[in-house]
Amino acid sequence: MLPVYIIIGVVVVLAIILFILYNGLVRLRNQVKNAWAQIDVQLKRRYDLIPNLVETAKGYMKHERETLESVTKARNLAQQLSSAGAGERAKAEGELSSVLSRLLAVVENYPDLKANQNFLALQEELASTENKISFSRQFYNDSVLRYNNKTQMVPSNIVASMFGFKASEFFEVTLTAEREAPKVSFT
Amino acid sequence: MLTIGMGALLILIGYFLGLAFDSAITGLVIAILLWVILSLVAYFQGDSILLSMSRAKKIKRDDHPRLYNVVEEMKIASGLEKMPNIYIIDDPALNAFATGRDPNRASVAITSGLLQKLNRDELQGVIGHEISHIKNRDVLLMAMCGVLLGTIVLLAWYGGRFLIFGAAGSRRSSSSGGGGGATIIILVVALVFMILAPIFAQLIYFAISRKREYLADASSALYTRYPEGLASALEKLGASTGQLKSANKATAPMYIINPFRKKGMKASDLSSTHPPISERIRILRAMSGASFNDYDQAYSQVHGGKGVVPAASLAAATVPIATVKLEGEAGEPNEIQRARETSDVMWRLSNYTTIECDCGAKLRVPPKFKEPRIKCPHCGRTHQL
Repeated sequence: MLPVYIIIGVVVVLAIILFILYNGLVRLRNQVKNAWAQIDVQLKRRYDLIPNLVETAKGYMKHERETLESVTKARNLAQQLSSAGAGERAKAEGELSSVLSRLLAVVENYPDLKANQNFLALQEELASTENKISFSRQFYNDSVLRYNNKTQMVPSNIVASMFGFKASEFFEVTLTAEREAPKVSFT
Repeated sequence: MLTIGMGALLILIGYFLGLAFDSAITGLVIAILLWVILSLVAYFQGDSILLSMSRAKKIKRDDHPRLYNVVEEMKIASGLEKMPNIYIIDDPALNAFATGRDPNRASVAITSGLLQKLNRDELQGVIGHEISHIKNRDVLLMAMCGVLLGTIVLLAWYGGRFLIFGAAGSRRSSSSGGGGGATIIILVVALVFMILAPIFAQLIYFAISRKREYLADASSALYTRYPEGLASALEKLGASTGQLKSANKATAPMYIINPFRKKGMKASDLSSTHPPISERIRILRAMSGASFNDYDQAYSQVHGGKGVVPAASLAAATVPIATVKLEGEAGEPNEIQRARETSDVMWRLSNYTTIECDCGAKLRVPPKFKEPRIKCPHCGRTHQL
């Protein structure tokens, strides 16, 4: 009689471990999904802000037509590619970030524009959205790293392969283009 | 570990207190009951008590977009699910704190003084520190430890008096036979313990609090990827001398710096809820990357000894520090503009109406003012309300 109880005990313990590992994987996978959605929310917010910003700036920045046009163009391109693959999309968004920071640097040259309350509010929103994009990307990549580690490490990798948890892709942006945005100074 | 130590202290003190009643169990029951009641109060009411005590005013996105945005940025970076409530405390002292029993019911509060003193990067560092208190559930931990400490102090105070005045009389009549000597020894031990227990409990409490501060600094650096922001904010905080009017001892661990700090605190100070600011700054500046590992190494380097970050959260990944912050300096308001902006918000939150007169004067109309128009005291123009 006793061995039967031992076998039942072992099976129950194994089942509990399986549940815990499985739930852990599901939680991480959902975290990755949510983090991805958060990036999307912020990128969309940026598409919405740019036309307003360009419209407000247009009246003041008569000599920056090209810069303004390139911002609009980059925005439209990024929006078109928003359903494309991660790689292509990241490239378009990186390009948009870099033209935007160029625009915000040029603004320094227009004191009237800088005094415009509406513009200042838009600028704060845009700068913050840029931050939110990079923070949500940061959190997404951290989540992907944790999730991928779990799917590859013993013992959760066994559960992962049993139930088809696949490793996720990182969201890499061509960092050089974005971080080394040209700093224009007017001294 | 330390928390368990504090719990053990509480149980021991209950046991000794029980000796005064001739039954250890009664004492234990009293100790645990008191702790449970106080914990429940702290758990369900802690944040609203704290916020109303410090007269904090809740703000919405439109009241202060920059503060709201910075909090949202840190919320995203930390992966917090719900946006915490944001409060401003109208006080020129420089401080900030976080509260709320779980990450879904959390609040961050900042003094108006600090809000106008910090630039955006520094604000981000401070908010990152507070958000990580929320994320790491430090608010709950410190509330429970604080209640534990309070219970120990309370019981020891009453227990000590019981043993001296109450028990001495009753004991003489009840234990007439042998074993009187042993009882006296136990009583003396109990009395000494009653005196020492609160002191130990306090030291343990401070040690836990300091550990959580280091962890919050490390997390802030990780979230912002920019330890210099917090370091330079701490520098500004350290240079100020004003004490927060509304702070009290129980809420001290939740602030970014110790609200009762005195000038020239020693680096090895055991009786403080916060590590010395200068040391926190040196650790942040010694970081070679932004990960927990880097903070741990910087801590060992500055402080000596082992690191402070719990081993479980040490990830092997290398995290570079952001060298160029993404937002340009273009839109950054200077300190005077920030001071104006903050005072505008504070007036508005007190339901004052602001009218900007053409002569450049700003009229603050109190909510009690019922006249349809008001005259500018500077140039004499009349304004419609």
